[in-house]
Amino acid sequence: MAAADITTRGRTAAPAPQITAHRVEREPTGWLSWVTTTDHKRIGIMYLVTTFVFFIVGGVEALMMRLQLGQADNTLLSPQTYNALFTMHGTTMIFLFVVPVWAAFGNYFVPLMIGARDMAFPKLNALSYWLFLAGGLVFYASLFFSAPEMGWTAYTPLSETAFSPGGVDAWIFLVHLTGLSSLIGAVNFYATIANMRAPGMGWGRLPLFVWTVLVYAILLILALPVIAAAVTLLLTDRHFGTHFYDTQGDPMLWQHLFWFFGHPEVYIMIMPGFGVISEVLPVFARKPIFGYKAVAASSVVIAFLALLVWAHHMFTTPSPTVVLIFFMISSFLIGIPTGVKIFNWLATLWRGTIEFRTPLLFAASFISLFVIGGITGIIVAVFPVDWQLHDTYFVVAHFHYVLMGGAVFTIFAGLYYWFPKMTGRMLNEGLGKLSCALMWIGFTVTFLIQHSIGMDGMPRRVYEYPDIGNLELYNLISTIGSFILATGIGVTLVNVYISLRKGPKAGPDPWKGNTLEWFTPSPPPVNNFDVVPRVRSVEPMKDIRREIERNTGRAVQRAQPAPESAVQPGG
Amino acid sequence: MGTPRTHAIRRRLATAIALALVGSLLLSGVASADLLTPESGGSPNADSIDTLYKLVFGLGIIVWLGVWGVLIYSLLKYRARKGAVAAQIHGNTKLEIGWTVAAALVLVFISVFTFATLPSIRNPPNSDEGLENVAGTTSGVAVAQSERLPPNGRALRIDVNGQQYVWRYTYTDGDGNPLNDVFSYEEMVVPAGVTVSLRIRAQDVAHSWWIPKLGGKFDAVPGHTNYTWFKVPAEKAGTVFRGQCAELCGRNHANMIAKVRAVTPEEFEAWLERKRSDIEASNEAAAQQRERVDAGQNP
Repeated sequence: MAAADITTRGRTAAPAPQITAHRVEREPTGWLSWVTTTDHKRIGIMYLVTTFVFFIVGGVEALMMRLQLGQADNTLLSPQTYNALFTMHGTTMIFLFVVPVWAAFGNYFVPLMIGARDMAFPKLNALSYWLFLAGGLVFYASLFFSAPEMGWTAYTPLSETAFSPGGVDAWIFLVHLTGLSSLIGAVNFYATIANMRAPGMGWGRLPLFVWTVLVYAILLILALPVIAAAVTLLLTDRHFGTHFYDTQGDPMLWQHLFWFFGHPEVYIMIMPGFGVISEVLPVFARKPIFGYKAVAASSVVIAFLALLVWAHHMFTTPSPTVVLIFFMISSFLIGIPTGVKIFNWLATLWRGTIEFRTPLLFAASFISLFVIGGITGIIVAVFPVDWQLHDTYFVVAHFHYVLMGGAVFTIFAGLYYWFPKMTGRMLNEGLGKLSCALMWIGFTVTFLIQHSIGMDGMPRRVYEYPDIGNLELYNLISTIGSFILATGIGVTLVNVYISLRKGPKAGPDPWKGNTLEWFTPSPPPVNNFDVVPRVRSVEPMKDIRREIERNTGRAVQRAQPAPESAVQPGG
Repeated sequence: MGTPRTHAIRRRLATAIALALVGSLLLSGVASADLLTPESGGSPNADSIDTLYKLVFGLGIIVWLGVWGVLIYSLLKYRARKGAVAAQIHGNTKLEIGWTVAAALVLVFISVFTFATLPSIRNPPNSDEGLENVAGTTSGVAVAQSERLPPNGRALRIDVNGQQYVWRYTYTDGDGNPLNDVFSYEEMVVPAGVTVSLRIRAQDVAHSWWIPKLGGKFDAVPGHTNYTWFKVPAEKAGTVFRGQCAELCGRNHANMIAKVRAVTPEEFEAWLERKRSDIEASNEAAAQQRERVDAGQNP
C-alpha cells in the first residue's frame, strides 16, 4: 500500500517510469488448496459453483412441479412429493441460490472494485462459505429421512410437530447455518467497504455495485437475527414443550416474525442485481450512469422502506384495517425509489451508443421483465385487491417476475460481464444471445399466463386442480414455457463448459469497463493489484484509459505531427 | 436549439399516450372475458374489488407501455454505429425530481381511489326488500368491531370452521346454544338476495376461506376470528359458486373444496327446516337409544 501511495501521489506531472515487483509465488493448486483457501477470489468461485449446483437442483424441482401441473387431475406425483418439492424449490432458490450467489460476486468483485487486496477478514470469509455449504447439505440430507412439506414460509401451526413430525428441523438448521454464514459475510462486506477503499474513493465515488452490496449487507445484519430467533423458538416449540406459535401462543406471531425477515429478504436478493445493472448499462452504452446520486440513494431508501412493509404478506389475516392501510401505503412508497432506478437506467441508455453484447441484453431483458413485477407489486399492494390475488398463481407470477425475471436475469448479466475477469476467457457471444433469448421467451411463456391462472381462482401450492374454464390449457402453456426457460439456462451452462476450455483470451479489460477490477490481469493475481491508482471519479478505469491515450497520443504526436482536428477523447 | 426538438418530443409523447389509451381499450375488451381481471359477479364486494383492480391495472398498463416504449426505442435508436458518439450526460436534477413526483402522484391517486372504494367492499348492504326476515337471519349487535353486518343489523350469520381438509358451516340461530344449530359440510346453502355475514375460524392449522366470485379471501387462523360477508344477487338463485382453501394446510390442501349454493328464499327456508328436523330426528333417535341401553336392552 505504501509503495502504491507513493507512486500514485507522485503522479502530478508525467510519471517517472518505474518497475514495481511483488514476490513471485507459485499459485497453489490441487483440491487441498481450495479447501484451505482464504483468497476472496477462490472463495467467490467456490460460492458461484456451489450456488449454481443448487440452482440446477432447484430448477429440476420446478420442472417436476410443472410436469405434474401440465395436466388437470394429474397423478404423476403424490401430494406428499409435490409439497416437498415446492418447499425445497423455494428454500433452495432463496437460501441456497439467490442470496449466496451475491456473496459469490460480492466476494470476488468488491475487493477488486474498491482496489483492496482481499476482504477485511479472509478467514471469516472462508468460514462463511463452509457454513453455507453445511446448511445446504443438512437441508438436502433430509431427503434420506423425511423431506419438509410445510412450504418455505413454514407457517405455524402446520410446521409444529403435531402436523409436521419430520423435515421441518432440517429446514430450521438450514436457516441457522446459512443465516450465520450470511451474517458473517455481511459483517465482512461492511468492514471491507467501510475501511479498505482505494485512496480517493470517497462514498461519492464508490461503484454502484459496491453500494448495493453494502446495502445488502446492512439488510442482512438487520433481518437475519430476527429469523434466527424465530426459528429457534419454533425449534423449542417442536422439541422442548414451549408454545410460542400454537394456539396457546399465537400463530400470528410467527407470521409477523417470519415476514419481518422475509420481506427485507426480497430486497436482499434483488439489491446487488440492481448494482450489476448500474455497472453494465454505462459500460455498454458508453455513457456515464444517469444520476449516480439518485441511483445510490434510492438503494438506501429502498432498504429503509423494506423494513416497514412486511405485513403486506398478511393482508388476509385477521388484522385491523388501520394496519392494512399502513402497509399498503408503505408498500406504495417503496415503488417510488424503485421507479427512480428504472427511469435512471432508461435515461442511461438514452443517447448512448449501445453495444449489443450479451451482458447488455440480459440487463435490458431484466428491465423489461422487472418492470412488470413492479407493476403487479403495486396491484397486490392494494389490500382489497390482494384479498382476491393473495396466495394464488397471480402472486406466484408476481414474485417470479421480481426474483427470476429480476434477480436471476441480473445474475446472468453479471455472469456474462465478469466471466472474462474470473477465468481469463470470453464466453461465446452467439450462445450467450441464444441463451438470453430462450430464457426471455421461456420465462414469459411460463409466468405471464400464471397471472390469469391465479385470477381464475387457482391457489398456489396445490398438487392438482380440476379442469374448470381454461385452467388446463393455461397450465399446459406454463409448463411448455418452463422447459424453454430451462433450455435457455442449459445453453449458458454449455457455454461456460465450452468457453472455459476454448473461449478466446479476454485480456485485462475486454469491455472497456469503468471500474478498477478491469485494471488487473484476468484472472487477477493473488495480491490483486501491484499498484493501486488514486481514484478521481466514479469511473476510475475510464480516467486511466484517457490518461494513457493522452500520454501515448502526445508521444504519437511528437513522432508524427497530425492535424489538430483528430478526435480528442474526454474534453 | 430548443423548439424543434421539444416539438418532436411532445409529438412522440402524444403518440405514446394515444397508443397507451388505445391499447388499454383493446385490453379492456379482453379483460371482460376475465382473462385479465379477478373473478366477480356473485356479490357486490367482488364487483367493487374488480373495479378497483381495473383502475390500478389500467394505470399499470400505461406505465408498462411507457417503460417498454422508451426501452425499445433507446435500444433501436441508440445502437452503436460508426461515428456515433455517446452523449456524456451525468444527470438532470429537474427531470429526476419530475419523475419522482410523478410516480408519487400516481400512487396518491391509487390510494385515494382505494379509500373511496373501500366502504363498498367492507360494508355489506341490507338484504333485499322483503327478505330481511327470511328464516335463519338474526339481528343483533356485532360481536367484534370487524364483524361485517348491514346497517339494519339483520343478516344470515354463518360460522365457517376450517379443519384438515373440510369446511364446516354452522347456521347460528342466536339462542346462544351452538348444539341445536343447523350445520353442513363443504356445501353452504344460502338464500339469494340476503346478506350473509361470515365468522371464519380454524380448529387445527391455518386455512383460508375463498370463493373467488363472492369476494376476497380471509384467513382462518387458529385462535383468531376473521369476518367477511357476501350477498348473492336475487337473480342468481340456482348458481353454485366454487372455491377452495387458499392457505397451505397439509397434504390434501388441494382438495379442501368450498361451495356456496345460492337458492331462492323459499327453497332456503325449506332446506333449513329439513336440516333442523333431521337434527331433531337424530337427537330423538339417540335419546331412544339411551333409554333402551339404560333399560338393559340391546342398543
